[in-house]
Amino acid sequence: MSNPIGASWRRLRAATWARSLEFMRDRSAVSWNVIFPVFLVLGLGYVFSGPGQPLFKVAVLAPEGTVLSARLHPMLGTPQVQFYLEPEREAAIHKVQLQRTDMLIDLTSADGRYWINTQSPRGKVLEQLLRGAGGPPLTRQLTSGAETRYVDWVTPGVLGMNIMFACLFGIGYVIVRYRKSGYLKRLNATPLRAFEFLLAQLFSRLVLIVIINSAVFTACRLLLHLRMEGSYWNLLLLVVLAIFSMIAMGLVVSARISSEELAGGILNVIATPMMVLCGVFFSIDGAPRLLQFAAQLFPLTHLIEGARAIMLDGATLAQIAPHLLALAAMSVIYLVVGAMLFKWRQG
Amino acid sequence: MATVLEARNLIKQYPRVCAVGGVSFKVEEGSCFGLLGPNGAGKSTTIEMLEGLLSPSSGEVLFRGTALGTHYRERVGIQFQSTALQEHLTTRENLKFFSALYPRRRALPELIALCRLEEFLDRDASKLSGGQRQRLLLAIALVNDPEVLFLDEPTTGLDPQARRNFWELVQGAKSQGKTIVLTTHYMEEAHLLCDELMIMDHGKIIASGSPTALLAGHFDEAVLELPASEARKLGGTIAYKEKGDLAEMHTQDVNAAVARLLQAGASLAQLRIRQPTLEDLFLDLTGQELRA
Repeated sequence: MSNPIGASWRRLRAATWARSLEFMRDRSAVSWNVIFPVFLVLGLGYVFSGPGQPLFKVAVLAPEGTVLSARLHPMLGTPQVQFYLEPEREAAIHKVQLQRTDMLIDLTSADGRYWINTQSPRGKVLEQLLRGAGGPPLTRQLTSGAETRYVDWVTPGVLGMNIMFACLFGIGYVIVRYRKSGYLKRLNATPLRAFEFLLAQLFSRLVLIVIINSAVFTACRLLLHLRMEGSYWNLLLLVVLAIFSMIAMGLVVSARISSEELAGGILNVIATPMMVLCGVFFSIDGAPRLLQFAAQLFPLTHLIEGARAIMLDGATLAQIAPHLLALAAMSVIYLVVGAMLFKWRQG
Repeated sequence: MATVLEARNLIKQYPRVCAVGGVSFKVEEGSCFGLLGPNGAGKSTTIEMLEGLLSPSSGEVLFRGTALGTHYRERVGIQFQSTALQEHLTTRENLKFFSALYPRRRALPELIALCRLEEFLDRDASKLSGGQRQRLLLAIALVNDPEVLFLDEPTTGLDPQARRNFWELVQGAKSQGKTIVLTTHYMEEAHLLCDELMIMDHGKIIASGSPTALLAGHFDEAVLELPASEARKLGGTIAYKEKGDLAEMHTQDVNAAVARLLQAGASLAQLRIRQPTLEDLFLDLTGQELRA
């Protein structure tokens, strides 16, 4: 009798290889996975890298429960400016440094203060507006930092979204198709075990998504001169964990379903809120707290926030640790639930 | 001969239907055991319980005298009625993949020769003809050199030539000592390949035995077939059944029946006299055409 671990490893390797071959030979799927994100990033870069957006964005620090209005300070009634509450001063100042927010106004104490970035023309315009608005005088605070181009900011979101679609639909549809066509029933008649099959699907997809998105990332970096302040290894670790968790999420959806239409519907129900809530195209800093909390339940949020922290702020491993832990926890939960729910056959 | 598989009072009860209502039988080593029955008779459910893919509601299946264990799947080979394979993989890659799943493997060149796969080894499996595909699926079922080979309606949908080619392959496997459990809709296939038959209907066994014994036990008569228009000239003096344009009469005395036909002025130009077949037996037992 052969060694059971060796036999299990051989089965896992064979199933991973077979699935990888199947995907790599599906030229339309490979092309779509590579070309779509490159065009999306190039398109967004072209659209948003021109003249700045007309809307000014101002973060406000105010006591808990405060409603932002001109009664708090006349400046807050200025049109064409988006005011939003920020919970933490340090995080808000950092956003001013990155020019993701044009001004920070602190109204938590009697002697109010405001921050602008000395390198930001929009900050200087807002300062003029503040002086003209009247109201209690605020103390000027300066900070500095190069502007984050929208394309630098949006690329992690777009690549994250592409990864999410590749994980959810790539794994979900394939397993549902296998079940519907009876291929899973055929595999069930062999010594291949459910967890070996699921891990094979996961590994094969993971490796391919990492390779494809590394190529797409390199292309975007060369074409758009993307900003990259942090470590590539940290980014790779974050991406691998995120892919793992999102594939495992796809496994849960496809664990029992035999209808591609139903699977497509459920996957869309999951993917759409992720696209909206996880800050792919626009920051959710100004969104209600409940939505911000809900966003933390999605792996895509941790991927995008972690990737932006590494690429734009040069975040260290310790600084992105909360995102890594959240992704690891989600991976384990989804994988266990997926394996428990998994059925080889229809009905 | 040793018993390889034994079903003991197998019952499979679904919420609204009893698919198999208590069947017991034995499959002997090296034999080909055929399961026949109309659609919905319970033969697929029975074979899936034998394959270990479906748990019986009660009763048990024994493999060489013991309950089916964790290694049972390593010792049997299964060809389902319709099986999809992974897309974009060639015949050779499919064989290698399935081969890697088993601890005991048959040498691939030997398997390729046995199932005559040489001409399409490097062709995408999705581009094979029906007959080629069934040969590949048979090779996959034999990849672990199984002790028992399950074939679930393996020639359904094949043209007569491809079906005959497939029978030769099964006979080849049988000559190598494989025990085969077969379900089929084709009586000719059952007659040619099976040593033992079990006919099921409504989840129960309605007849079993070797094809020759079954026919001998149910029929001691010959069958006369002639155009229905000629049979009608008998005016009901001999009982017959019309099947489309043909009339079929069963008789123990062929000479007397022919004399009566001549007497009635019926033409014997298209008369055909034959022995009863499994098809007749099946119709007699179930009242249904097998392919219905």
